[in-house]
Amino acid sequence: MHFDAFDRYHEKDSRLHRLDPRVKAVITIACILSNALLPDGAWIAFLFAFIFLLALNVVSRLGIAYTLKRSLIALPFALIAFSVLFSTPGNPLSMFHFLMWDFTITDAGLLRFVSILIRSWLSVQMAILLVAVTRFPDLVHALAHLRVPPILTTIIAFLYRYLFVLTDEVFRLLRARESRSAASAAQRSGGGVLWRAKVAGDMAGQLFLRSYERSDRIYNAMLSRGYAGHMYTLNPHEMKPGDYFAAAFAVAFIFIIQILGRF
Amino acid sequence: MPITHAENKFIAPRSECEGDVLQVRDLYFSYPDGHAALNGVSLNLCGGDKVALVGPNGAGKSTLMLHLNGILNGRGEIEIGGRRLTRDNLPVIRAMVGLVFQNPDDQLFSPTVFEDVAFGPLHMGLPEEEVRARVDAALEAVRMSSYRDRLSHHLSVGEKKRIAIATVLSMKPSLLVLDEPSAGLDPRARRTLINLLRELPITMLVSTHDMKLVQELFPRTIVMDEGKVVADGLTMEILDDEALLTAHGLEKP
Amino acid sequence: MLYSPAPLHIPENFLSLAVSAACWVVTILTLSLAISKTNKSLGERQIPLMGIMAAFIFAAQMINFPVAGGTSGHLLGGVLAAVILGPWAGMLVMTAVIALQALLFQDGGLSVMGANILNMGLVTAAIGYGLYRLVSNRSRKVKLAAIGFAAWLSVLAGALFTSLQIWLSGNADLKIIVPVMLFIHALIGVGDALITVAAISFIMRTRPDLLGEESESAKGGQGWVWVGVAVTLLVVLLSPFASADPDGLERVATDLGFIGQAQLSPFQIIPDYTVPFLGQTALSTVIAGVIGAIVVGLVAYLIGRGVKAKSQAAGSK
Repeated sequence: MHFDAFDRYHEKDSRLHRLDPRVKAVITIACILSNALLPDGAWIAFLFAFIFLLALNVVSRLGIAYTLKRSLIALPFALIAFSVLFSTPGNPLSMFHFLMWDFTITDAGLLRFVSILIRSWLSVQMAILLVAVTRFPDLVHALAHLRVPPILTTIIAFLYRYLFVLTDEVFRLLRARESRSAASAAQRSGGGVLWRAKVAGDMAGQLFLRSYERSDRIYNAMLSRGYAGHMYTLNPHEMKPGDYFAAAFAVAFIFIIQILGRF
Repeated sequence: MPITHAENKFIAPRSECEGDVLQVRDLYFSYPDGHAALNGVSLNLCGGDKVALVGPNGAGKSTLMLHLNGILNGRGEIEIGGRRLTRDNLPVIRAMVGLVFQNPDDQLFSPTVFEDVAFGPLHMGLPEEEVRARVDAALEAVRMSSYRDRLSHHLSVGEKKRIAIATVLSMKPSLLVLDEPSAGLDPRARRTLINLLRELPITMLVSTHDMKLVQELFPRTIVMDEGKVVADGLTMEILDDEALLTAHGLEKP
Repeated sequence: MLYSPAPLHIPENFLSLAVSAACWVVTILTLSLAISKTNKSLGERQIPLMGIMAAFIFAAQMINFPVAGGTSGHLLGGVLAAVILGPWAGMLVMTAVIALQALLFQDGGLSVMGANILNMGLVTAAIGYGLYRLVSNRSRKVKLAAIGFAAWLSVLAGALFTSLQIWLSGNADLKIIVPVMLFIHALIGVGDALITVAAISFIMRTRPDLLGEESESAKGGQGWVWVGVAVTLLVVLLSPFASADPDGLERVATDLGFIGQAQLSPFQIIPDYTVPFLGQTALSTVIAGVIGAIVVGLVAYLIGRGVKAKSQAAGSK
């Protein structure tokens, strides 16, 4: 049972949890776009966007720093943006020598670097919050309503359902491999890299065949219940006045942030 | 009593009725690789019958079950509730025969319990209120009403098995066909399932290796081996016939 | 160890809106084509098949093998999916995997999902299937060699495209990002290639019918050879140029007007965040802000309209 490691949803009874998933999805996308629209160095706007985020964290009852803790995942990639520190023309702030190159950090470069990070970091947290307060199947429904083609949402729904089943199979395969590769401390077991790659590839092939056969059985189970090539689902969500109010509130807040971003 | 072990001799069904729920006559089927899985199977089921289908692996039990709602098409005749199974009435037949597969992870292919139990009624083209009513009734029947909005992957094996039965009950079938319902269950979950099967007021054909389950639940047993029905009669008598059981790799509970 | 994010995923808002939008357009157009093609050839069986295959790719990405010094080789799966399922279905499956990773794990952002799907799902499938198709009549060994090369190159191609998109967004220095990304992914690509080849070889041995003439795998037309070879050539020619002569590429991009266009965010439509005829006044700044906000509001409105139309349709069903 590994589902805990994959489930990002946190069962709580909060206003945010009860909000219609479509509203949550749209607000999240709007906030991410709004962040992208903010110019470099729009500190006040960044601050307000951050306060908005903290407020949402509180409303969600997940704790004020919930998304903060979870947001570190994007950090390693930030190193790529590191290079703008040196490449953006501007007044030099500091200079250092590394190997055979000279690096000059410019004020404009620093401004841009920090702005890129903040925009990304605020947006990542919005996305983290979305899946923490929305059950994934509801999110898939929301996507279907946002005009994502049904074939894609259907594949994603299947993917989500069987993610847990197939990763369990992978762990069984990996465990079986581990229990058979008896490594002594002095000697590395199991031949060279190529051999190890082949073992991994065989596992992938094995997993593929099992999955393929499983898809046959699932297809039979679907046929048995009247499937004839078209998937029907019910829409269990209905927009309530509170949902419209929340959407309007978020849009208004985004307006304010956008205006603050220009001062 | 018409119990014999003669493999080539057709054994008349015990039931007095004509098979008002299910009639299978001379069913033959070979897989594309040439393996003959069914060699002339005939059997009848009547309303209210609860029948066990036993036999060694490879006897053709699962292949037979896949024929009962037309997923496989062999040579021979199948009638469900007096209707001959043909390509044209497949949708109707599939609503009448509730087939529950062995692995509940194959049966429950939707992310949530609600979606899975609603799948059958939705694909029968029922209106939304009716679908919802049927989902509630089916979950009630398997005592899982509180699981309506749960995610399928959060369920235990025993819970999955019961939801799997609900996914076909919601289609209001006249015949319930279960493949190995007690496989992989711990004693408590198995007990719950047995009680559930006993309570369900519906004709059922259950394939199983669990001879204790057979003894406890099913008045009638059909023994299959090598693609044929080799015995069909009162469970009590079949379980007393040690020669028959040994011949077909079965054990007395 | 449960789930390690792949390095190729571009995180949220790491591309400028213009580059994100351009990638979304390419991705959506390609996916529309993929959907209409698969819908045409779609057997009823294919829906559960594609769903399970997406879960398979996701799970298979966790299979690793130790290389050296604590590093390990991984499967990325783009080429594997395309070879097994054919190019269009392979693209849809990879799209689902990438979308789930972004939605559920924030592995790759929502705004940049178009780019991530393009780099990891579409380009990889085109290269993988094209090169596989090129040698479809040759011996098993040749096919495996082609698949291996395609898998390695597809990872490299993804890295190249990613680097270029980030650079065009003005979020990285070309001189640094291209060599670094290509170097790292040349190594990662070897891992993907080895596992992909071993997996396909396993399938060829145990279930040759699944890759045979009647299979899903054979459903792509000969045109894929051209697509595959063209993308391959593009990558093979562009990679050395970009890493050896970044200044040259930068000059070309500037000359073509790419850089200015790409870094141009909608808010810059209004120069210096002021409205020209109002001059540098507070009022002007406010109005510029309002216009920027309207863009957001408009997008939200359009999405919301989609919601409403859809729920009415669902309600009347």
